[in-house]
Order: sequence, then C-alpha cells, then structure tokens
Amino acid sequence: MSVVTLTINDELVSAQEGQTLLSVLQERGIEVPTLCHLDGLSERGGCRLCMVEMEGSGRLQAACVTQVQEGMVVYTHSERLVKYRRMILELLFSERNHVCAVCVMNGNCELQWEAAQIGMDHVRYEYLNPDLPMDASHERFVIDHNRCILCTRCVRVCDEIEGAHVWDVMGRGVNSRVIVDLNQPWGTSQSCTSCGKCVQVCPTGALFSKGATVAEMEKQHNFLRWILDGREKKIWSYENGK
Amino acid sequence: MSKTILIDPVTRIEGHAKITIHLDEDGQVADARFHVTEFRGFEKFCEGRSFWEMPGITARICGICPVSHLIASAKAGDAILGIHIPPTAAKLRRLMNWAQIVQSHALSFFHLSGPDLLLGMDSDPAKRNLMGLVEKYPDVARNGIRLRRFGQKVIEILGGRSVHPAWVVPGGVREPLSDENRSKIRRMLPEAFDIIGLALDMLKDSFDHFREEEAMYGNFPSLYMGLVTPDGGLEHYDGLLRVVDSDGAVLEAGLPPARFREILGEAVEPWSYLKFPFYKPAAIREAQGGRSTLHYPAGMYRVGPLARLNVCDFAGTPRADAELREFRRLAPRGRPVANSFHYHYARLIEILYALERIAETLDDPSITDKRIRAHADVNNMIGVGVSEAPRGTLFHEYHVDENGILQKVNLIIATGQNNLAMNRTVKQIAQYHIKDGKVTEAVLNRIEHGIRLYDPCLSCSTHAVGQMPMVVEVYDAGGKLVDRVKRE
Repeated sequence: MSVVTLTINDELVSAQEGQTLLSVLQERGIEVPTLCHLDGLSERGGCRLCMVEMEGSGRLQAACVTQVQEGMVVYTHSERLVKYRRMILELLFSERNHVCAVCVMNGNCELQWEAAQIGMDHVRYEYLNPDLPMDASHERFVIDHNRCILCTRCVRVCDEIEGAHVWDVMGRGVNSRVIVDLNQPWGTSQSCTSCGKCVQVCPTGALFSKGATVAEMEKQHNFLRWILDGREKKIWSYENGK
Repeated sequence: MSKTILIDPVTRIEGHAKITIHLDEDGQVADARFHVTEFRGFEKFCEGRSFWEMPGITARICGICPVSHLIASAKAGDAILGIHIPPTAAKLRRLMNWAQIVQSHALSFFHLSGPDLLLGMDSDPAKRNLMGLVEKYPDVARNGIRLRRFGQKVIEILGGRSVHPAWVVPGGVREPLSDENRSKIRRMLPEAFDIIGLALDMLKDSFDHFREEEAMYGNFPSLYMGLVTPDGGLEHYDGLLRVVDSDGAVLEAGLPPARFREILGEAVEPWSYLKFPFYKPAAIREAQGGRSTLHYPAGMYRVGPLARLNVCDFAGTPRADAELREFRRLAPRGRPVANSFHYHYARLIEILYALERIAETLDDPSITDKRIRAHADVNNMIGVGVSEAPRGTLFHEYHVDENGILQKVNLIIATGQNNLAMNRTVKQIAQYHIKDGKVTEAVLNRIEHGIRLYDPCLSCSTHAVGQMPMVVEVYDAGGKLVDRVKRE
C-alpha cells in the first residue's frame, strides 16, 4: 500500500493511502472530539465534532469520513474550529433534555466529557425542551429519548455487529428519533436479541440498564474489539485477558 | 380604616414567603396570613419519568434535607417493586436518616433560631443573625457548626457526598458500610453528645426568659401526627401513623402509612402556593350545618419534632426518654405539649435520640453486612413511601404504568402539614403584640420567629428558593400603600 505525505498543524506527516484523516490524527495523539465515531463501527460523519480545516477548501471536513490525500494541508484546532465545536455541543444540549445531575451516566458520559473538555459552561441557545418519552418496555433495558444525540451508534452496532438491525432512525432533522423495528415499544420487538450491544456503545444515558440509578452506568466498548479481532484477524484469545 | 401589614420576605427560613397582617377599623389585628410565594412543580414534571430515577430527582427538591426525599422516594420504589429490602439496608437507611435529623435540627436551632434565642427577639436586627451570634457567643456558634458537621459527615461517609447522595435506591442502598467507616463515625460521636448536652442545658436555662413567648407563640389546641413503632415508640423511618388530639386522646392508633389517603385531605387557597393538608375525620365532623361537606381548618394538625414527641408513648433510648419525661411536664398530665415554642426543645431531644440510635446501630454486628440491595421489577402500580423528615411526616405517592413510568406523583411535605398551624401562630402572635396598629421592628421579628418555630422548608413544600432582605408594607382597606419599612 502506498504512502502519502500530508501536513497537519504545520508538521509533515506520512500516512497510508486509504486511511481516514481521523485515524491518522488519533495515531499521532492529536485529540479531536468525536461522538458518532466509535472504533469498530462504520463511520457516519454525523456529529461533525471532528471537523478540520483544509487549505484550499472553504468547507470544513469531518476527519472521520475524509481520506488522507497527498499534499493535504490540515489544521485541527483553529479558532474557528473550536468555536464551531462548542457551538455544536451547545446545540446538542439545547435540542433535548440533558439533565446531568440526575442521569445514570453522570460522570461517565461522553457528551458531558466533551462539553467539559471544550470548556462549555453554558448554552447560548434557547432550549427546545421537547416532550419526549422514555420506553421502559424492554425487560432489561430502557431508552430515554431525552438524552439521545442521534449518533446512530446503536443503529450501526445492531446492524453491523449483532446483525439484527433492530434500531433505525425515523423523521427528519430535529424531529428525528431512533426507533425499534417498525416504531413500536422495545419490549414488543421480535428482532431484538437483548444482547445489549446498543446499550454499551451509546455515548450518553439514552440507553441504559433497567434499575440503574444516578451516575451508576459505565459502558464497556471492549467487546467490539474482541468480536472484530476474532472475525477479521482470527484472534480468539488475549494474554492476561487484554 | 382597616389596613394590611406585609412582611416580605420572611427571613432565616428555608425558602421564600411573606406575611400579611390585616387590621380592622380600630387598628387591631383581624387576621394574619402566611403566604408562600414560590412554586416549583415537581409533581408535574416528574410525570413520564421512571420511578427508578425519583430518589435522584426528588432529592433535588431540597439541599438541606435531600436524605428525607431520598428515603421516602426509595421506599415508594420498594413498594412498587413489592419487596422487603435486606435488613442491613434498612438499618443503613435509618442511620442516614438520623444523621440527617441531627444536621437539620442543628441548623434550625443554632443557626436559624439561635440569634433570636440568645441575642434576644428585640436586639438590633443588623446583629441578630449568625454573624452576630459568632461575635457574641463564639462557642455556641462553633458548637452548632460542629454538630451540623457531624450529621453531614455521617451522610457523606455513607453516601459518598453530603448533599444529594445517590446512595439510597429502590431495593436498598448502593454501598455497604466498611469497618473503617464505622470506626470513623464512632470516633465523632463523643463530641456530638457533648454539644447536645450543652445545648439542652442552655435552652432549659433560658425558659425563664421566654415565659411570654412560651404562652403566646403558637399555643393552641390542635391535632398531632407522626410515625410510631408498632409498640408506640418514637420512629423516623418506618412504622405506623398515629394521630392524637389536644386532650391526648388517640384518634388513629396505628394506621399503615400507605393508607394515609383515608385520613388526610389537601385544601388549596388562592393566596398561597403551599397546600393545606388536614385530618379528614375532624373536618367532616365540623362541616357546618350541611352548607359544606368539609370544614378543613378543623382538621388542623401539627407534624415535626413537637408532634412526634406528643404522639409517641416513649422514645426508646435512655437519655432521650429521660428528657422526654421532662418535656411532658411542660403540659398538664396526659396532654400533649401545645406550645409551638417547644419545637426548639423537641428538636434537641430528637438530636439526642438520633445520636443514641446511631451509637446503638453502629454496635450492631450486621451493620457492615454486604447484602444491601434487592432486585425486582414492577410488581405494584402504586407505591407509597413514608418517613419522618426533620420537619415532619413526608409522603411520596407514585402511580406507574406496567413499565414503571410515572403517571401521577403526589408529594405531601412536612412543612405543608404545618401550614394551618403556622397561619394560626402568626395570627396569635400578631394579635398579642400589635395594639392599635403600631408595628415595631421587634414585633415583626417575633412574628417571623413564630414561623421559624416550625423550621419551615418552603423549598421542599412548594419547591422554591429565595433571598432574604425584608420589606414591610402597610395597606389601607382600599389596597393603597400607606407605609413601607425596609430592612436590608
């Protein structure tokens, strides 16, 4: 595979052709925020937090869905980018009802963490305060649409890893919502295998185990690597469990 | 010309309120009202959420006594799950509830009422506050802070944090008590016992200075309600509802708290956001000449420390029982103590009782047991959780669907149940002190102190928060402002 050379934040970098820009940034320890991206799942490019500036292009590009190119000149933390990232986070918070203090994921939430990282201390936009339901009809899990940021990790993990494709998205724009099967109560789904993968990959407290109380949920992503290493690389065991 | 005097806001209480005093043509007090002016609406916005979340949400009703809401809410959750929680979990919850009573009562006695009791009702209002107390009686102020800290520390050790711990959950508690933490609490106990001993002596020594207040501050017949153990002892976590009347006759000996609807009603007045709970059987009896089916003020009852000591047969710990016997001597034999001024004394006795119970519970070998949480799914569609908060009996009633999503929430808060009595107290003090329409600063403070006796937590009872400078406005009969006194 051929090697391409590009410039990131004024530094020359070499990468393999076909690599995404995000993976190159992560390899080099350059931290850009992400929410819809999760190692092991297909990329969606939906949350736009990993946007970068590219010389010669007025448009900002999401690093997770941009392939590296020879001669690319990329900036990851310009003033403009930081401003937009914060704006995106504020819009996410204003769009639904995120109340960290009483959330099962308080302290472990990726949305909360990204907001804290970027120094988001308040939201400048008017809250929409939508009237959204919780669905607690599943025997083991609950979905609270108030905390969903529509990253579609649940949709992708269920389709790509579990192969059940229980989850999908309905509606458009701000009215979009993740749904089970043909938009029915989760507990009535015949395709759901109750594996819990969607719960584990959800970055916020939108999907959680029934009975969990404030700040009690912690999510594990390791299973994705174990499954994919087995499938793709035929690695079935890890030394010391790692 | 009749006038209205307005005290707005009332200070050194938890929350936001005002008082209006209505004068008649001769300048005598015709009526007085205690208005709660804030509204928060937890009952409504919790609908659609899961009952599992309710301890976390309802704890936010109050920063002073989040533990009470945690416990009542978790108990309502236990009822929905239809389980008996592990015995150690119940003991641990009790431990936290007693710690909560210590810290809240210490706050009320030392910090909120201490300035009135020690510096005097008539002292300079600029100094009649916690800072003035620190200046003149540094030891007392320090003791108050230390005692409150004891309670807060125990809550923190058990629940991981002192305000809004998420430790009490439907099914039990989240973390067991370690041996190390048990020792930590034990080491703090002797100082707490010393402080409460001093405080009791100090209050009892001061009774002679407050003969007038004792007689006039909320001294009237009423009913009293509180939880008691099945054998009639003082109870704060579980037990049965008991109601006694002003003669000491037992009207309800031991009603299972989940059946509270059979005896309690709630009335609403247009001038206050705080509801008026009342004892239904008495209100029905008083229905006047068939014109109404209820005369709810006749169902006035008091809750909280005074009521709890009035309804129980005994406390159940040696030192608290000795104090209780002394407390009973304040009233004619066999009758409850009717003076709300003695809420202060009752509060201190309860601190002593709680400390004794904490010491006793820590000695229980099973307190460090690791089995502390039961698991189940929705088994009942209605759950009622009742416990004794520092200010009185607290009811959480949840109606859920088969998935545990809340359809209806009803919270009856301790302070609300004292609403009728607080109004009555304000009127009594105003009538005694206000002659010919003359209102002095000291009189206003006395009226406020009448409210402070009940240590009302208005943020809990309506779910409000507030700031505290005071404005007094006097209105004539036409509602025109004729005088205005402002205290910064």
